[in-house]
Amino acid sequence: MLLVDASRLSLIRCSLLGLCLPFLLVHSAAGQEKPYFVTYSHELEEPGNLEIETKTALARPDGGNHVGATAMELEYGVRAWWTSELYLDGQATSRDSTVFTGFRIENRVRPLMQEHVINPVLYVEYENIAASDKTLLEVVGHDGQSDLAAPNSTARREHEHEAELRLILSSNLRDWNIAENFIAEKNLGHSPWEFGYALGATRPLRSAAGAHDSAFGLDKFIAGAELYGGLGDTVSLTLGDTSHYIAPLLGWQLPRGMRLSFSPGFGLTETSLNRVYRVGLAYEFNQVGGWFRSGNRSAQ
Amino acid sequence: MKRQTTTILLLLLSGTLALAAASHSHWERVPARDHARANPFAGNPAAAVAGERVYNDHCAQCHKAGARGDGGKHPSLRSEQLRAVTDGDLEWFLRQGDLAHGMPSWSSLPQAQRWQLVTYLRSIQ
Repeated sequence: MLLVDASRLSLIRCSLLGLCLPFLLVHSAAGQEKPYFVTYSHELEEPGNLEIETKTALARPDGGNHVGATAMELEYGVRAWWTSELYLDGQATSRDSTVFTGFRIENRVRPLMQEHVINPVLYVEYENIAASDKTLLEVVGHDGQSDLAAPNSTARREHEHEAELRLILSSNLRDWNIAENFIAEKNLGHSPWEFGYALGATRPLRSAAGAHDSAFGLDKFIAGAELYGGLGDTVSLTLGDTSHYIAPLLGWQLPRGMRLSFSPGFGLTETSLNRVYRVGLAYEFNQVGGWFRSGNRSAQ
Repeated sequence: MKRQTTTILLLLLSGTLALAAASHSHWERVPARDHARANPFAGNPAAAVAGERVYNDHCAQCHKAGARGDGGKHPSLRSEQLRAVTDGDLEWFLRQGDLAHGMPSWSSLPQAQRWQLVTYLRSIQ
């Protein structure tokens, strides 16, 4: 007989809820986005579309308990050159508790209106999160697995107001996407600037679309890898005690506008977690902006 | 003060670049090399069918089923203008988009799918 303790059950429930929430919503659309979890490319949301994605990270820090952290991302295409996002973060730690850990608001803007070999995107984010946040959406400074081992009761007392800036450079070359992100993060209350990086490359398994619509066609799959980590901070600009990960990626464009992504990440330094498993599930709503405009018209 | 001035100058520069990019017709800006490029799927019925699938996945939400447009901001793609340009022009435009006027760049689509899309658009003219 399989015995599961209550806290682990809570962790499983939280992860499943995070994974399945988009399925509970109705209305279909389609998109073809890269299966990155940490890296951003220059691909923005189509104007008027809303994408809801859950990004779940599963890990176990040394000396700590299993952690399942989910970030729910609501991404809206304000303009073809401007995407705005809201993240709601939460996590469940086995033998501990399940907590809401905060929110993030971010904007990505393409300053150049044409496609170039290297396309810059400016990224600005405000984070209002507790130290118990374990979504690992970026790794900066001297972040390490010890940060994730603190009990929720202690970690959630520390609240962080942070600003994160990224310079995203991204290229689409011969069906490959290659993206480089340079990250600078600052706790607005105190602390130095912290730096990090994320590099990614992806490619569809087949370039041409098949003549027959098949959910299992190779053109529906995108594979790649990302490499990310911390680069120290302004007090200690060294690679000592920094975390670095390499993570293969696989994305699957499902029917009815859903997208599933999976990535096992492997820590490259002692400070890093040994492994981080990530699962993402996305669902895109078409032309949400138009729903409101139609409403306005009928109201007039 | 100095920082504010730098920020304003950067914003102005970005705005100027954006306006400069938007001020010419798309087709006038197509480089000669792209204009002359041949569609590897030209006239291929299977590619047109695949292109219709790509269209339905990515374009129909704005340009509507059959590429007939929504009568407003999203134009019909069955037009004299599209008949007049080359396949290379169309592929270039799909890759570039027209960000200033709401058309996303489809450079993220594999090139073969962009050519399939062009084949489909040709087949409905």
